[in-house]
Amino acid sequence: MVTSLDWIKKYVPGLSCTDQEYFDKMTMSGTKVEGWKRLDHNLEKIVVGRVEEITKHPDADHLLVCKVNIGSEMLQICTSATNLKVGDVVPVCTDGGRVAGGHDGGPMPENGIKIKAGKMRGVDSQGMMCGIEELGSSRNFYPEAPENGIYVFPKDKEPELGSDAVEALGMHDTVFDYEITSNRVDCYSMIGIAREAAATFDKPFTPPVVTVKENPAVKTADLIKVTIEAPDLCSRYIARVCTDVKIAPSPEWMQKCLRNSGIRPINNLVDITNYVMLEYGQPMHAYDYDTLAGAEIRVRRAKDGETFTTLDDQERKLDHDVLMICDGEKEVGLAGIMGGENSMITDHVKTVLFEAATFDGTNIRKSSKRIGLRTDASGIFEKGLDPRNAEEAINRACQLMVELGCGTPAEGMVDVKQPIPDLRRIKFEPEKINAYLGTDLSAEEMLTIFRKEQLGYDEETKEIVIPSFRQDLKQMCDMAEEVARFHGYDNIPSTLPKSSSTRGGLTDKLAMEDVARDIAERNGFDEAETFSFESPKVFDKLKIEADSPLRNAIRISNPLGEDYSIMRTIPLNGILTSLATNYNRRNKDVRLYELASVYLPIGELPITDYPDERQTLTLGFYGDGDFFTLKGVVEDLFEAYGLIGPHAKENKKIAELAKESARAGHPIDSAERNRVIMDTSEKHPFLHPGRQADILYNGKKFGFLGELHPDVARNYELDDRVYVAVIDLKSILPYISFEPHFEGIAKFPAMTRDISMVVPKSVTARSIEDVILSKGGKILESYRLFDIYEGKQIALGYKSMAYTLTFRNKERTLEEDEVNKAMEKILKGLEELGIVLRS
Amino acid sequence: MLEELEEIRKRHLEMIKAAADPESLNEERVSALGKKGDLTSLLKTLKNIAPADRPAAGQRINAVRREIEQALAEATSRMEAKQQEIRLSQETIDVTLPAKRIRYGHSHPNTKALREMEKIFIGMGYEVVEGPEIEKDYYNFEALNIPANHPAKDEQDTFYINGEMLLRTQTSGTQIHEMEKGKIPIRMIAPGRVYRADEVDATHSPVFHQVEGLVVDKGITFADLKGTLDMFAKELFGADTRTRFRPHHFPFTEPSAEMDVSCFKCGGKGCRFCKGEGWIEILGCGMVHPHVLEMSGIDPEVYSGFAFGVGLERIALLKYGIDDMRLMIENDERFLKQF
Repeated sequence: MVTSLDWIKKYVPGLSCTDQEYFDKMTMSGTKVEGWKRLDHNLEKIVVGRVEEITKHPDADHLLVCKVNIGSEMLQICTSATNLKVGDVVPVCTDGGRVAGGHDGGPMPENGIKIKAGKMRGVDSQGMMCGIEELGSSRNFYPEAPENGIYVFPKDKEPELGSDAVEALGMHDTVFDYEITSNRVDCYSMIGIAREAAATFDKPFTPPVVTVKENPAVKTADLIKVTIEAPDLCSRYIARVCTDVKIAPSPEWMQKCLRNSGIRPINNLVDITNYVMLEYGQPMHAYDYDTLAGAEIRVRRAKDGETFTTLDDQERKLDHDVLMICDGEKEVGLAGIMGGENSMITDHVKTVLFEAATFDGTNIRKSSKRIGLRTDASGIFEKGLDPRNAEEAINRACQLMVELGCGTPAEGMVDVKQPIPDLRRIKFEPEKINAYLGTDLSAEEMLTIFRKEQLGYDEETKEIVIPSFRQDLKQMCDMAEEVARFHGYDNIPSTLPKSSSTRGGLTDKLAMEDVARDIAERNGFDEAETFSFESPKVFDKLKIEADSPLRNAIRISNPLGEDYSIMRTIPLNGILTSLATNYNRRNKDVRLYELASVYLPIGELPITDYPDERQTLTLGFYGDGDFFTLKGVVEDLFEAYGLIGPHAKENKKIAELAKESARAGHPIDSAERNRVIMDTSEKHPFLHPGRQADILYNGKKFGFLGELHPDVARNYELDDRVYVAVIDLKSILPYISFEPHFEGIAKFPAMTRDISMVVPKSVTARSIEDVILSKGGKILESYRLFDIYEGKQIALGYKSMAYTLTFRNKERTLEEDEVNKAMEKILKGLEELGIVLRS
Repeated sequence: MLEELEEIRKRHLEMIKAAADPESLNEERVSALGKKGDLTSLLKTLKNIAPADRPAAGQRINAVRREIEQALAEATSRMEAKQQEIRLSQETIDVTLPAKRIRYGHSHPNTKALREMEKIFIGMGYEVVEGPEIEKDYYNFEALNIPANHPAKDEQDTFYINGEMLLRTQTSGTQIHEMEKGKIPIRMIAPGRVYRADEVDATHSPVFHQVEGLVVDKGITFADLKGTLDMFAKELFGADTRTRFRPHHFPFTEPSAEMDVSCFKCGGKGCRFCKGEGWIEILGCGMVHPHVLEMSGIDPEVYSGFAFGVGLERIALLKYGIDDMRLMIENDERFLKQF
């Protein structure tokens, strides 16, 4: 919404403030001003002058030398403009003055252009005659201005010589631009903004007094019949007719109001409808009465597939939900959006029919969207208008018709309407308002505010009577807002809630995520954030099988594009894309992680209920490190969650997990309990077939890790080995524990034994460790691989491995013999695996 | 024998003195005090002298032994000190060589900003909760006083899955989920991803984050809202920060406001950063609309509450001086490493 301040002052004559004060105070009372522009910005020393003499420049073909009378003196001014005649009255910028821009209408310099007396090709020039672009405007708003050249005041509107030309052009004005919130339909009008301004500055509000001088000889009801066939979409339709229409330019005051509010003046009739639309926020339409067949108006739904040519000469395709204005035979307008070409006002119009109606806002919004035509009128209608406003507005238009000598209103109006609801009444409860706001205002202070806002008050019933233009006021909290706005939000105290205390903190899930961040960052991974939606092509990029359930992704019905159309079911694409960005920018050794959800549908697509949003930790890196780097991060994380390591012993939730697995038919071997196991039984197609594993813990899979398959790396243009891990935090959440468990410091000495072995290549460390764990007995405290070697001195198909085993008895000093027995069992077990012990 | 003893004493003390290294010192120890050493041999000759003189002679020999032992000890420690001195001087390092550091990773600036905010509100007794990103129409709109056909529901802003489900456009739905649990008092903040159909540019992203806040209890006032958010702003942006509440409109709060903070670059004088206004818009807030309370099963005659919503990226961008939203989603490590 844009308003001219001068126009607002018509209704708030006492308003006297700087632009900055207006900006601040209106913003703080709830009519947010986005910005303002002074129309006379950079216009200095510009007066009215008359061209008295035009001669050719002696040395330049394209220049003319003019004598210009500015009242007090005669100036000599050179110009290249060719539109001037002797006697023309023009704006003249005198020596030391300033204009807003160049004559080409291009971008205007911040400080305008300074004008100085000087010589042009040797001839004195004491100023500049100005074109409308140089004054910061355009032919759009001053249609009488020439296409190229100096602005010439129309003969009938020539101002006094030497007077302020900027004033004469109506440019001493400020234009304010507001952000109107959707609840304040009334503020899409001059009167609405003025009402707010009057209340804000505590000045009297003087809206127009509307009276229509009618021609009693002609009755509107005899000229037109109105039928509403779709009362659900049109709650009121008022028609008035004016005869003896004379089309002419509208007066300067009206043109100025329109121009300074961003509307191009056209002629008196069109300007009146535009003026009233701005003034009352009620769009109106004017039909050439003589084009209407059958002297009637019918408001009905369009038929599916019907077409209609709007007055911009476009053929529009309609459907059953579009509301049409029709005469006795044909369609004449798209209700609330645009009139038809067939009933358009021309310069030859003799009788005009005004329409002021109340249409259903939602219907107009949807129709305008479907048809692809949004107009000033539809933009206002779609907010939902006050039916009482239509009557005020149409009468105001007829009043202006008389005032401008544009036509003669017939007597009365044809008004077809649904019952208009009574004015709303809200119980005035000052104590409740105070309790709600935390204020201590008297009832009288509140009533003063309501009166300033033009709200009514019924002393007897103690009710606030809400005028129909304030459809947003419905209950106590709305009244509290009115009190707060005009008492001033700033004047309301700042307190803290006094009420009962609550426990602050994170949920377990958020605490878990924080730990995941800490672990990832401790291992050198930076946190990334990527989009939750991606392209369905991602599945092919990741080589995911055609029948994989991962391809069952939730689709967005109106995505930004195919590339952002599915909710991710696997988080790899985001991290890989980000790694590729880094790789492409030649960043070395990049490690990234992301904590974000994947979105898995529950049941069949399309979803009708909440899907499974699973929080996952994704890690990815290239450069320094390998598979075991990531495996280390996984183990760090499991230790931090109390799943492995000393704390796991007191974590009761794990026992549940073990039981679950047993119930599910996968009892967990004691050697496998509370260990992070790299399970290679199933393969992920996007990973290197020999360098990947699922993360198995107490019989349950919690994620996977591995080296990216070279095909996939190539798809992301990553020309390096890339390692990724995906950990399903949601499935771990029930088992985590942050409870530390202190198991004491060993009092008795340990004994260590080293085993050095030649191992067939196919035998994994895990199978060796399984033997150590299962045969080592209670006294086995720990084991550690300290050497692994393949190559020279070791036969092909074998590897050399060496472990240190530590034994300890917690209750007493170990006997050599106990250790020997344990070792015997272990060695026997190892030999069964085909392992040869080295001495 | 006494002459012999004196000769042994003198000779060994001199040799000890002259010893150049621990080896020769050790040789000296053996030749003086060892099993076959001079003093041991002399002690064996005690049997040759008169029994009455034996104790005195024995004492003399032992005294010499102690003297030599002491001399040996002194020489040893002197020698060790000397050797340590040599070793230390050889071990001098160039302390200006580069440091060895464990290169930790860095949290995303959004996370940094969120942690700051969480800390402030947890300190005030707020629980941090979450809600679903794929949300039901009811929770994203209807229960927040945005009925069907409200322009705010317009498809151009909202990503729909279908008629029933959508990607939440605001975290405000979490308010409803929390109120429906029926446990009052409520003090919560709810951070999370939200979605709007905006193309990516320097100030927009279709995926971004909000932090929702909600307090519901008996006797909560608009003044409490002001006081709480003023305290939050001072904690987040510094004690000198001033706040300004401007009337605004949100369908689910009444009265509603937008909160500005005094520009933390210029202190409110007006600069390029705050576009000359001296104020920077931070969040939207208001008293929970009674109809919203009612729909969530809370009696507005008994309880009242306030709610607020903060754009997390906005806070992070402002606080850390990041000038382009795109940096937040590209994940260039040269960007991430700066937080």
